[in-house]
Order: sequence, then C-alpha cells, then structure tokens
Amino acid sequence: MNWLQRLSAGLTKTREAIRGSLDRLLGRGPDPMMLEELEAALIATDLGVRTVGRLMDRLREETYGGDPTASAQTQRLLRVLKEAILATLGACEGEPLDRMVAGGPRPFVLLAVGVNGVGKTTTLAKLAQRLRGSGKTPLLVAADTFRAAAIEQLVVWGRRVGVEVIRHRPGADPSAVVFDGLAAAKARGADVVLIDTAGRLHTKTNLMDELRKMKKVLARELPGAPHEVLLVLDATTGQNALSQARQFHKAVGVTGLALTKLDGTARGGIVVAIAEELKIPVRLIGVGEAAEDLQDFQARAFVDALLGGNADA
Amino acid sequence: MFESLSEKFEKILKQLRAQGVLTEQNIAEALKEIRLALLEADVHFKIVKDFIDRVRQKAAGQEVLESLTPGHQVVKLVWDELRELMGREQAGLGFASVPPTVIMLVGIQGAGKTTTCGKLARVFKQQGKRVLLVAADPRRPAAGDQLASLGADLDVPVHRSDQPGASRADVVRACVEGVARGHDQGYDVVVLDTGGRLHVDDELMEELEDIKRAITPHEVLLVADAMTGQDAVAMAERFEQRVGLTGVILTKVEGDARGGAVLSIRAATGKPIKFLGVGEKPDALEAFHPDRMASRILGMGDVLSLIEKAQEAYSRDQAEAIQKKIAAKSLTLEDFREQIAQVHRMGSMDQILGMLPGGQRLKEMAAMSGGGVPEREIRRTVAMIDSMTPRERRDHTIINGSRKKRIARGSGTSVQDVNRLIKQFLAARKMIKTMTDAGGRRQLAQLLRG
Repeated sequence: MNWLQRLSAGLTKTREAIRGSLDRLLGRGPDPMMLEELEAALIATDLGVRTVGRLMDRLREETYGGDPTASAQTQRLLRVLKEAILATLGACEGEPLDRMVAGGPRPFVLLAVGVNGVGKTTTLAKLAQRLRGSGKTPLLVAADTFRAAAIEQLVVWGRRVGVEVIRHRPGADPSAVVFDGLAAAKARGADVVLIDTAGRLHTKTNLMDELRKMKKVLARELPGAPHEVLLVLDATTGQNALSQARQFHKAVGVTGLALTKLDGTARGGIVVAIAEELKIPVRLIGVGEAAEDLQDFQARAFVDALLGGNADA
Repeated sequence: MFESLSEKFEKILKQLRAQGVLTEQNIAEALKEIRLALLEADVHFKIVKDFIDRVRQKAAGQEVLESLTPGHQVVKLVWDELRELMGREQAGLGFASVPPTVIMLVGIQGAGKTTTCGKLARVFKQQGKRVLLVAADPRRPAAGDQLASLGADLDVPVHRSDQPGASRADVVRACVEGVARGHDQGYDVVVLDTGGRLHVDDELMEELEDIKRAITPHEVLLVADAMTGQDAVAMAERFEQRVGLTGVILTKVEGDARGGAVLSIRAATGKPIKFLGVGEKPDALEAFHPDRMASRILGMGDVLSLIEKAQEAYSRDQAEAIQKKIAAKSLTLEDFREQIAQVHRMGSMDQILGMLPGGQRLKEMAAMSGGGVPEREIRRTVAMIDSMTPRERRDHTIINGSRKKRIARGSGTSVQDVNRLIKQFLAARKMIKTMTDAGGRRQLAQLLRG
C-alpha cells in the first residue's frame, strides 16, 4: 500500500459519512437534518467549525435539482466541496523542500519548531535521510538541550541515517549550539543544516523568546538564514493547531508546515484553516514510521484523502 | 486549558440569565451557541450532539420555564451535564493490597508518557513510597535514556527493558522481569513506560495486550494530549477496546488547549481522568476535579452549587404549601421561622453572597448600608419564635404585652425586639404576597439578574 492508499484507508469512515450524507441529501433535497449530518462528518476531519460553516454555505448555494441521478449529483457536490478546500490549500501551495534546497543558498538552513511531542526529531531525521539519499550533505544540530535525552535521541538517529550531529551538553544555551552548528556546516561544506529545537508550548513567552534569539543568531552568522522555519504539527491536534501556528508565526515567522501522524485515524483538517488564515504552505506530511513515509504535501491528494474519491470523478 | 470555552460559555449563559422569562426559542438559540462553543473546543461532534439533546430535553420541562429564575435553571442543567461528562467524582489511583502496585502507561507517540512517568515517580516518592520505573520502549531512540535521566534526577531506579531491536517477546519478557524485580526488591510501586504507538497499529497494540496479560497491572493509564482534536474518541476507544484502561492522564494542559479531549475521552471510554500534566518540570502534575473543572468552564464562581443548595433547602412541596397559605392569607410565624431556617440552611449570608457572580460587590453594598443580615440576627429571630407557644406562632394577633414580655425573657431579647420581629413578619408576608403575583415575580426576576 502506498501512503495515499494508507491515508485513504484511514479516512474511509469519514469519507463514507460524507458520501452517505450527500446521497441522502440528494435523495430528499436540502433537508436540514441531512445538512447537519454532513456538517458533522466534515467537523470530524478537524476542519474547524468556521471552515465547515463556510463550506456548508457554499453547498447551500448549490441547486439540488438538475442532474438526472443522485449519484451524479453526489459527485457534483463532492467536487464543489473539494474545489472549495483546494482553492484555500492551493492558494498557498509552496515549493517542495528538495527543490528549495537544490535551488537555494548553501548551506540551506532549516529551523524546526513546534510544541512538545509533535515529532520534530523524527521528522528531521527522516528528512536528513531523504536529502542524503538525493546526494546532499545534511548536518543535524541538536538544539534541544532541555528535554532529558533529547540529544541522545538525535544522535541515535544520526547514526542510523549516517548524518553527523552537532551537539552540546544538556542544559547548554541552544543559541550557542546553533552558532556552532552553523560554523561546522560552513567548515565542512554541508549543503543543508537541520536544526532540532526543544518542544515548547506556544503560550510560553520566555521559550518563544529563546526561539527568537536562535533565529537572530542564525541571521547574524549567515545572512538570509534560516531559509525555512518549519512548524511541525501533530495531525491528531484539533483547533489548537491554529493557535500554535499563530503564535509560532508571530514569534519566528513560520515559512512551512509539516503534518505528522497522519497514518492513524486523525485527519489533520486544521491545516486548511491555517492555510486560510496564515497563508503558510504545507511542505511535508508524515504517514508512517519509515523514512519514505515522509512525503511532499500535495494539496489535491490530501483533499482526495480527506473527502474521498478522486476530484475528477 | 478551557479559557476560550469558558469565555464563550460565560457570555452565552449571561445572556440566558438576563432573561426574566425564557421561551423555547431563547433556549434553542443558547443551545446553538453552546454547540458551536463545544465544537470549537474540539469536543467530539457526537458527544456534542448528545450533550445538546440532553440539555434541550431537560430544559423543555415546564419546571424550568416556569421557575422563578429560568435562566439559572438552564445554566444549572448545562453545568450538571458538563460535570456528568467529566465524571462526577474525583478518581485517585488504586493501590494493590499487596505491593507492588503495577502501573502501565500507554498512549500514542508524543503524548508525554515518559515525562509523565517521571512525574508519577515524584508523587509516589513524596508519599514515602519506593518506586521502580521500567523503561519498555525499545523503538524510540534514547527513550530509555530519557527515563534513566529522569530517574537519576529523582533518585529513583530505572529498570531498562528497552534493548534496541527487541522483538515483541523480548519486550514482554523484559517487562515481566521489571515487575518481578519490583516484587523481589520490595518496591511499593512499579511504573512501566511503554512505547508510543498509533492505535491503528495492530501489531504494536498486540504487544500491549501481551504485556498486560503478562504483568496484570493494577492501573492501565492512557496518556493523552489535551490538544487532541476529533481523533481523541477513536484513539481512546481503540486503546480501551484493545488493552482496557483504568483511567486517563491528560498532558500539556498548561497551554491554551481548549480541553475538548477531556470531555471526549471521558465520554467515549467512561474511564476517569485521574491527573493533568501542567508543565515540563517533574512537579507539574495535578489531580483532576470534575466539578471544579465544570465550574471553571462555565466561568462563574460557584453560582451553581448555590442553586443546588437552594433547591435542597427548599423543596418544591414546601414551596407549594407556602404558596397556598399565602393565597389563603394564612402564613404564620411558624412558616416564617421555617423560611428563615431554610435560608439559614443554605449557609451564612456571607457565604451565599460569595458564591454569586458579582457577590463581592453585593457584600460591599450590604456592608455600606449597615451590615446586611448578620448571622446573630437570624439566630435571635429563631430564638424568639421558638419561645412562643404553638398558638402564638399560628396566630400572631393574640400576642399582647404580657406575652411579649414572656417571649423576650425566654429568648434573651427585649420587648422591642419582639415588636420588631412581628413587624418584619408582617412585612415579609406582604412581600411574599406581592411576589406571587405575576408583576411581583418579574420584579424579583429583575432583582436576581445580577
């Protein structure tokens, strides 16, 4: 099974609910009960009440007559929903990370940020492996000096994927680690610097200030750096992800999103609301444990998996 | 956690309370907004639907609509249902009669199992218990190192069962060894930190089943992120079905999590939330109190427990009997005493004012206007009525000068005091009479709007 199939499989229930609602909606015309059911199915994807409200408004504008068969109408309404979501996601579709690295400055500096437990370290390790596989020389920087054994975790990963890890002792100033990481990258002629920062809740101002400082050090040592500030989000997170995105964006100017843990039953619909409000592109999605399970984000495939079927049907 | 939900609820409920007369439409509108607020807080949509249906049904009862304070009654309904959703009682950990108590932590990646493990160890250690931690996550790189480091900081031993590349059987065997060591070396509590896994990962869920079967833990706690969205239900249900849970620990609640996961997980599994993780440091673990949390969500002091108290103290039957008496102009000093006693039963005036939203202001006002209703005054009034003969209590008109003297002597008061009591009684009778008219009812409702 490829990742899209797997993603789709995980979303089967939601999809069926949405289709079922649409079918019944068409069977009976715009019945408020059916609309409510459809609304619930959309809410289940974590799209958020506001986005769902907008989509429902869009659907209410549609006429329910016309098409000869119910299934044809289901397809039509599904397409309306998909296009509406795609319009939002597509408007801020970004360049794939590999292309950014290939066409960008050397070293290309990526700063990974996010709340605790979203999968920053794992995502960076997979990314390092992928870059290495495409002939680049990445360097990992262990700037999470706070959490117990966070450095060891990255070191083990580095060994596993064959990428050097720059690190200090636990408790060291993360900005100092970043400084050293950049110096090492220049000295070794690395192509990409991947900086793993400590997880922090976006509401903690002092920790957000710490991030700001790291970013400042980077910009000072290498004008233009960081070239990507990647906010890692957990797909199981609900509406709080929007708050995370807002706060991290305000503090360090997020330029891309990575959505992890999409291989469970979580839908990650909240990225649509984030895209709508902050216009930050989703770069990567994590759909499994293996390195190849870190994929470039494709808006159309994501929406297909979210709502089911392929958009052209 | 819950701040944004709380803000919205407070606004909605304030509007409700402000309605002197509630129509079904008022209620429907408020419920619509409550529904949105809950959905925005990530409560699972099915649970929201059930919640709203239940409140709607109960609120439709005539008792609510015709009560003196319909808005308050609806608020109380919402609060009751919220508390019900979160599990009425505070639930602690179950300890084994013969140590060691074995606790197993499970959950998806990044929920905070390892950090929580350290926090639990600290709690037990503070209770004077000997704790052993078992690192049982061979997959996440350096997970065992992390636990070892937390253990070292707390001076708590860590049994390493996390050989990288360990097979399922190895992990199970290692867990059994860890528990056996806890047994042999006389530990009071053994806490197992299992590896994070997605609930759809069959093989890893089987591993958990195997571990559980092999070590028969006393507690299996699901560690879940408070920021989890609609997925919380599917995730928690799967862990409950596959492994069987005894409780839940919710982590990362110190941010601005909307807390829907609390309501969703509890409702989906029926298992109590036992602790909240409120920070990264080892001491950041709190017990979970459903009632306090419900009040906090509604953002309204303890106004609901006040309503509850009022209801307990003043049963419907009593109220009806008094209504009848008033209608027949037969309210007696005996009834008056009963009324005072009821108010008294609700708690002291100060306490009651403290429970009201804006009660602080009321207290100040009372103090400025000469002290409000002091406890002592109530006790004296009751003493005077108690010093009357049953006939006097039933018919105040027979209380003449010599009877007043006797009553004053019997209650340790003066004749003036007795005169004042009778005057108060007559005034109260008149006021209650007004209150039972439709117009008076509106006035009182106005008064209660706060």
